[in-house]
Amino acid sequence: MTAVEDPTSTAGAPANQVGQARLRKEDARLITGDTTWTDNMTLPGMLHLAVLRSPVAHARITHLDVSGAVDSPNVVAVFTGRDLAEEQGSLPCAWPVTPDMVNPGHPSIAVEEVNHVGEAVAIIVGRSKVAAQDAVEKIDVDYEPLPVVLDMEEAVQDGSPLVHDHTSSNTSYHFVFDAGDAGTGGDTDQAFADADVTVSRRFVQQRLIPAFMEPRSVVVQPSGDNYTMWSATQIPHILRVMAAMVTGIPEHKLRVIAPDVGGGFGGKLQVNPEEVLCLLVARRLGKPVKWTETRSESLMTAHHGRDQVQFIDIAADREGNVKGLRVRLLADMGAYLRLITPGVPALGAFMFPGIYKFPAYRFECDGVFTNKVPTDAYRGAGRPEATFAIERIMDELAVELGMDPLELRRKNWINAEEFPFTTVAGLQYDSGDYGMATDQALELLGYDELRAEQQRRRESGDPVQLGIGFSTFTEMCGLAPSRVLGSLAFGAGGWEQASIRMLPTGKVEVVTGSTPHGQGHETAWSQIVADQLGVPFEDVEVLHGDTAISSRGLDTYGSRSLVVGGTAVVKAAEKVVAKARKIAAHLLEASEDDLEFTGGKFAVKGTPGAGVGIQEVALAIFAAHDYPEGVEPSIDAEATFDPENFSFPHGTHLCAMEVDTETGFVKIRKYACVDDVGTIVNPMIVEGQVHGGLAQGISQALYEEAIYDADGNLTTGTFVDYLLPSAADLPHFDTGNTVHAATSNPLGAKGVGEAGCIASTPAVVNAALDAVRHLGVSDLRMPLTPERVWRAIHQGGDGGDRATAGTNAYGGASTETTAGGGRPASESNASSLGGDR
Amino acid sequence: MTQINVRVDGASYTDDVEPRTLLVHYLRETLGKVGTVVGCDTSNCGACTVHLDGEAVKSCTVLAVQADGSAVTTIEGIADGRTLHPMQKAFHEMHGLQCGFCTPGMIMASIDLVGDNPDPSDSEVREGIEGNLCRCTGYQNIVRAVQQAAAEMRGGEGRHAAPAGADAGAQA
Repeated sequence: MTAVEDPTSTAGAPANQVGQARLRKEDARLITGDTTWTDNMTLPGMLHLAVLRSPVAHARITHLDVSGAVDSPNVVAVFTGRDLAEEQGSLPCAWPVTPDMVNPGHPSIAVEEVNHVGEAVAIIVGRSKVAAQDAVEKIDVDYEPLPVVLDMEEAVQDGSPLVHDHTSSNTSYHFVFDAGDAGTGGDTDQAFADADVTVSRRFVQQRLIPAFMEPRSVVVQPSGDNYTMWSATQIPHILRVMAAMVTGIPEHKLRVIAPDVGGGFGGKLQVNPEEVLCLLVARRLGKPVKWTETRSESLMTAHHGRDQVQFIDIAADREGNVKGLRVRLLADMGAYLRLITPGVPALGAFMFPGIYKFPAYRFECDGVFTNKVPTDAYRGAGRPEATFAIERIMDELAVELGMDPLELRRKNWINAEEFPFTTVAGLQYDSGDYGMATDQALELLGYDELRAEQQRRRESGDPVQLGIGFSTFTEMCGLAPSRVLGSLAFGAGGWEQASIRMLPTGKVEVVTGSTPHGQGHETAWSQIVADQLGVPFEDVEVLHGDTAISSRGLDTYGSRSLVVGGTAVVKAAEKVVAKARKIAAHLLEASEDDLEFTGGKFAVKGTPGAGVGIQEVALAIFAAHDYPEGVEPSIDAEATFDPENFSFPHGTHLCAMEVDTETGFVKIRKYACVDDVGTIVNPMIVEGQVHGGLAQGISQALYEEAIYDADGNLTTGTFVDYLLPSAADLPHFDTGNTVHAATSNPLGAKGVGEAGCIASTPAVVNAALDAVRHLGVSDLRMPLTPERVWRAIHQGGDGGDRATAGTNAYGGASTETTAGGGRPASESNASSLGGDR
Repeated sequence: MTQINVRVDGASYTDDVEPRTLLVHYLRETLGKVGTVVGCDTSNCGACTVHLDGEAVKSCTVLAVQADGSAVTTIEGIADGRTLHPMQKAFHEMHGLQCGFCTPGMIMASIDLVGDNPDPSDSEVREGIEGNLCRCTGYQNIVRAVQQAAAEMRGGEGRHAAPAGADAGAQA
């Protein structure tokens, strides 16, 4: 439950912190403004960077004169791509998903050619941010335009203009997973040939922007040949390795610190061009430098997410037993491959079968270059796309079969007694009970009553129709078993590290390699350690996010922190207790085997009263006057945990949606979900994570879309145009949990960061469709703007492109895809991948 | 440069500023009041909200020179010594923040909201803070926090104050 405890009521309690809604330790500085955001940093002599960015999507730089900027007041230096070409290297891509994947290389600053709007062209270094910014417009650049590649389905055709003229096509890779070939399923083509019913759809996962609230910011301080970088990053450890490799600064000469970081959602899981550029400029000038982006820069140049065209086919028999699933994706890489750009759709490859028992499955994906900012991780990264596709097509199959969509799901999902269950994609799902979660969610929603109301509205021809949408989902979390990542060609492992330092006064420092940016690690880790060591919650301090303090780590993404990083903390604590036990036995003049450890105290079994606390042991071993022979005078310990399997949170999300058929306006009437995220360490934090995930998943369905015009300009480049929902745009959420412990870690935790975001999007779209399907609407493109919904109801199709998409927002002539019904569905199906239907 | 005299969080400051300097930049860069943050450049996000003579303003839409002769209160000036403002306390107790970047502005806007409407309903809170964006919480716990603080600020339980954790679901 999420009752908020009086923080004093359990102070000092020795056990059972796990499971309590402890208020967050982090809050004290965040609610008072006593924060350490990177942009708050000021260092003596610090210089400020401003970046001149390309206003065109694809062009050759034919002339670049920076003299006007150099002569501007208080400008210290100006650098162009040519100045830095020899030392900038290429930004890393850690996930070559196929051996023959084409990576064109990714300069941090353009040298001869720009490939997306917003690409860095020159850097101005000023004594103040204002001085640097003022000089930007004094740089003179000429661009020779090149053909702009924006539409993936056109980009993969023979004869398409190329994003990179040194490559042979715009296809970066072709990734295939075939269950038949992998030995995890039957022959997919045969399954389709034998099926009674097949349904095929083309779904569009629009381009999204992570839009963390804290804009990116980087500070670099050189000191001799050492460098300290502060960055608003999710991944200080990975950034350090990668920045060292890119710049040639030896890894041991580079310290990276992630101070307070204001959200990430995958958007700060990156090695950014500006991080490299700050290092290069600081090295050149020998002075500390800072770069902080504006929101417009952030929306235009920080990586985007999603952006797939999904062709999905499902096969079943007449009774509704699913027989096969076939998925073909076009995934927009953007202009370059960033850290895990190509891996995002590949990560989704294994989740399209969802919770259903498909006997056959085939997945293919083409990664496609376009003249847009690169895509990369955004909350869920591959799994929301997969969940959307399967949960949408299950509804379409139900319609085709004339079955209730929930009945179809029940018929095909993995039953509780079948866990652990190996899926057609080869994953072993650990635990769960889909039926239980669904029954609870139906109860929370008030399902029967809403169905009755839906019926009434339908019969009376109410202009406001009601629909109910389902999403019964699972996801793979706890990234990840290192060997599995290796088999997928990912460039790193998936372990996590923790260490515990027992200070002389009995206070405890926990060092974690997992790096929070809003998740509440300091609180949850304290709860875990309080239980493990039997020390007060308040006596635990959690250190993180600084490579000089937390020397090893793989950071925070993929709902991995608690599952992997939290487990490393448990393992380290077990080692501390084991080491302390030897000391305690010595002090108590007892055999180790005769000691029991409860509530932070070692006691001799059967001898009440005699005992020594682990915090006293810490002092004794600090003094080290009296400890056993053959052991080191320390009870500190560290542990590295590499999971053997992913964890698989699941849940049932239900959305009741009102659709005004006269205006196209959609409104969530009620949203209820029951998630199983395994054992819950802090129910308050879990509920908060679910809420935030829901907001983002619902927002994909209803509000957000990054739109480029026909010239490759981002027309949603401010918060005026890129619609983040406000409090008034979101409903109240009714949330609940079932608990089936994960089997792959001792905490039993499955991960919760992405659940709400992954599950909610299809529930919302399915609900809207359920409201208007009887009016002849069979698909709705996201986001479900009133304009689109109205068009779909009154003109057919899926609602089509947004008004500015593909037009010339800045006055050009090309307006062929402006308003109207968008492309008809039949035409949309014709593509290089989907052309057989 | 123009000279301004401003009282910020109880202290008086005199500075020469460029006329184009935004209040938020003056607060952050000249005074070091970095508790107030900048989240956008179009006055959409509200992260920079402060009180100018008692009214909530987005300090990115106010020039520093416009604050001449005024009193500014930031997130750093609302606690009474070590005693948190009821709104700060409520955000903590209701888990109304995650990353915390929007929190200073959200708290300042919410205090202003409750000043105008001492007992706001759920939808009145949602509409009252719609000029402040949060990407982490989905707003539900912020709404709870504002209502709890409102109850405390008017000195009693109100019709809209929900018990803590009222809508947490059941655990099997």
